[in-house]
Amino acid sequence: MFKTSSLRNLGNAGAAALAISLAFQPVSAAPESKDPIKLTLHDWTGQLITTRIMGEVLKQAGYNIEYVQADYIAQFAGLKTGDLHVAMEMWETTGRDAMDEATATGKVENLGETGMQAIEEWWYPEYMKEKCPGLPNWEALKDEKCAEAFSTAETAPKGRYLGGPVTWGGYDDERAEALGLPFEVVHAGTDAALFAELESAYQRKAPIMLWVYAPHWAPVKYKGEWVEFPKYSKECYEKAEWGTNPDAKHDCGKPRGPIWKVAWAGLKDKWPGAHKAITNFKIANDEMGAMVADVDLNKKKLEDVVAAWMEKNKDRWSQWIK
Amino acid sequence: MSSQSVSVSTSDAGIAHSQRNWGWWAVWVVALSAFFLLWQYGKPDAKWAFKFPREFQIPLRRWIGDFMTWLVDEASFGLFSFTELTRFIAAVIEFPYKIVLSLLSTGFLQGQGSDAIQILPPVSWIAVIAIFTMLGYYAGGRRLALLIAACFGFIALFGQWDNAMITLASILIAVPLGIAGGLLLGIAGYRWRPVEMVLKPILDLMQTVPVFAYLVPILFLFGFGPTAAVVATIIYALPPMTRVAMLALRGVPGEVHDLGSMVGCTGRQMTWRVLVPSAMKGLMVGVNQVIMLALNMVIIASMIGAGGLGYEVLTALRRLDIGAGLEAGFAIVALAIALDRLSQALAERAQAHQHAAGVDASLIQRHPYTAAALAMIVCLAVAGLIVPALQTYPESWQVSTGTFWSEVVRWINVNFFDQLEAVKNALLLNVLIPFKRFLLGLPWFGVVGLLTLAGFSLGGWRLGALVGVLAFLIAATGQWDKAMVTVYLCGISVIVACLFGFPIAIATAERPKVWRWVQAIIDTLQTLPSFVYLMPAVMLFRVGDFTAMIAVVAYAIAPAIRYTAHGLRQVDPQLIEAGTAQGCTQWQLLTKIKLKLALPEIMLGINQTIMLALSMLVITALVGTRDLGQEVYIALTKADTGRGIVAGLSVAFIAIIADRLISASADRLRKRLRLTR
Repeated sequence: MFKTSSLRNLGNAGAAALAISLAFQPVSAAPESKDPIKLTLHDWTGQLITTRIMGEVLKQAGYNIEYVQADYIAQFAGLKTGDLHVAMEMWETTGRDAMDEATATGKVENLGETGMQAIEEWWYPEYMKEKCPGLPNWEALKDEKCAEAFSTAETAPKGRYLGGPVTWGGYDDERAEALGLPFEVVHAGTDAALFAELESAYQRKAPIMLWVYAPHWAPVKYKGEWVEFPKYSKECYEKAEWGTNPDAKHDCGKPRGPIWKVAWAGLKDKWPGAHKAITNFKIANDEMGAMVADVDLNKKKLEDVVAAWMEKNKDRWSQWIK
Repeated sequence: MSSQSVSVSTSDAGIAHSQRNWGWWAVWVVALSAFFLLWQYGKPDAKWAFKFPREFQIPLRRWIGDFMTWLVDEASFGLFSFTELTRFIAAVIEFPYKIVLSLLSTGFLQGQGSDAIQILPPVSWIAVIAIFTMLGYYAGGRRLALLIAACFGFIALFGQWDNAMITLASILIAVPLGIAGGLLLGIAGYRWRPVEMVLKPILDLMQTVPVFAYLVPILFLFGFGPTAAVVATIIYALPPMTRVAMLALRGVPGEVHDLGSMVGCTGRQMTWRVLVPSAMKGLMVGVNQVIMLALNMVIIASMIGAGGLGYEVLTALRRLDIGAGLEAGFAIVALAIALDRLSQALAERAQAHQHAAGVDASLIQRHPYTAAALAMIVCLAVAGLIVPALQTYPESWQVSTGTFWSEVVRWINVNFFDQLEAVKNALLLNVLIPFKRFLLGLPWFGVVGLLTLAGFSLGGWRLGALVGVLAFLIAATGQWDKAMVTVYLCGISVIVACLFGFPIAIATAERPKVWRWVQAIIDTLQTLPSFVYLMPAVMLFRVGDFTAMIAVVAYAIAPAIRYTAHGLRQVDPQLIEAGTAQGCTQWQLLTKIKLKLALPEIMLGINQTIMLALSMLVITALVGTRDLGQEVYIALTKADTGRGIVAGLSVAFIAIIADRLISASADRLRKRLRLTR
């Protein structure tokens, strides 16, 4: 009886789903259980798209789907107890701790990579290249004049780097220290605050250096580049001897990690077919970036974007549910 | 109130008073000097007084974490486990919720999830507006009806209807449960002293421990989804009802009580037929608070699956769509205003017409409104099958501010950023940062000592002990530094809120026309989710303490204005006349008479300002502060129950310390001014 999600969309989703189901006949045999599989929706567009695609695919296989809004981390409470069943995006970079804690209990299962790779790094708008011509090479930032171009009254003469929320980790304080960058690291509290600052600076063509990640609409909307640090390796984070600074760890860039899919451990027994389909789900960064930009920047309807993808990639997703 | 008087104390009492005062002066001088010496010179010899030694820290965090695991996994009453009990409660709450949700939003469905088929559509949007408008007319006449129609019309016009109905459904469940539960607890506390003794600290904790701190255990116990959100909302919104109920029942005049006993009321009759109706006016204040606080929770509730307007605000701001965020935010305000005014009017009406209604009239004649509402629902449902616009508000009729608000922020940003930045930097470098350094440099041992002394001198050994133990616990659980940052941020914000709030209150309190506007603005500030103005603030002031301060001030300024104005208005006019007769200037009237007599109310206002400031902590963590709010937030993202609750308790302890000390000094002031109230 309970239908969640922004319901204005649901009517359209229904229409879109109907259009899809008229276009393609259900590919797979009857599902194991008609109980609804609950997929969680978070508050960023990429995740909504991933989840809706998975949901539509499962519907094609005859499964009963329910979307439930949930917080990115708080959802683990529901995944452990079986109140929720599938979470489609768990980022290596931000959700690892919570995921490990949950999988360790045996009540939550990691269903493998989504195929998308999270990119996270120091990022600057293109117009900053004039003031700091050596970019994107990280060594340009060691130049004091260059760092000062990124400074504010509070941090001057050091540059200001706006890091992600402390909960994201990322070792930026350590990185600045280890690489000898004259930068002060300031942490934003949420990702909304992070991009609010970017928007503000971009409007004024003001200096800014901050943590940007992909897939996200920001690198599509704003012109800019990621700083090229020495490439990440495991040794760099674990051994001080590694890299340019022999006395410190973290003298390299951030790891690029997969985005995982996680599910309630009982999924496998209750809906084996769905379990297989979700495990098979794969999508690429570029595809996702384009879809996110379509929704957030070109103001297309999320349902239409998902329906368009479904139509174009029928061969792919019908393999998942075979 | 008429017994207010400023009498000159007799000379004997005056002397005794001043002698006692001298004693206290001496104690304070000694204590402060000792504190100063410790602070300035103690660091090399007494490191432990500055940083609580790690090996003596109380591992409360681990204990709580273990306890929670036990509670969720093992606790049992023999026949059923604790989790089964909470799941049962969740099911009991879920049942009416689903019915209301079906009525307002989803329609009655058969089957589950995407297989569901709608059997009956939800109540048409026109019918919902009409029913609430009729309720308004019934309760408060044409003006209220118009106001309510305007509120709901606004929601429909801006395309927030579906989300608003989801929010309304959870509010319609949480608020009555909160009111009923709060009232029952209040009656119990009123009847039995021991219950009250137990209840009071629990209520304090319910109101001051940030919701994020207990969100994870609630999700485990009550399951994921709207029910858990309703439970969290009730926990947060219920305490004022209980408090107000106890106060209002105590305030029922003795004669009424006597009358009840004389006519031979049983205990139950006494409570429900005599006491509760007589205390109705007071109880309605509680109802109002429950509604307001429940709507405050909308954003947090949406994070754990309640959906609705809160979710709309969150997603809008993640794509930096300021306009959409504002529209959803104001839809919450519109709901709050409509529900609040309606509940007030209904209560007034209930008091005025306790015995109406003819008995001979037919069913329809007796219930004209109910009959009309039912007829409308059915007619519109049928008509809606033919004309869909009658059933669902058509998308083409929706308006939106579009990019207007984003453009406004952009314009300010591009044209005035440098000026704003200059003001911000001046404040930050000269006031905020030095104050923060000062607080962080203080020795915890000395601070705990001074607080204990303050408690002792204001309210005797009990208060002293309470304050001392709570402050010590903050240090002993390793939260001292973060607690000091919390005190700094809240302290600065409260000072700023008072600096703006008091003059506004003084200037407008006695001008009813202006006051109405001020009231509308502060009501809006209190119900508009702070997330809505937090992101534009970040764009103009960057992340950090300054932005956090703005958000806290915007939220916490309301009680500073409200209580001050209230205090000023209830000063006995005779005293003012007397002052005028003696040739006081306006300034003298204000400072010598009005403000003095309003002081207890003003203190209460400051108290409430502090409480609201502390309750905003979790939100400020979202713009990168490093206080207890952040600790709670980190704990939530790491699903570390123990860590979250310990930090949450520290917030609560700060709140309780501030509350008790301020109340005690307000009491003393009242005594000194001989105000009997």
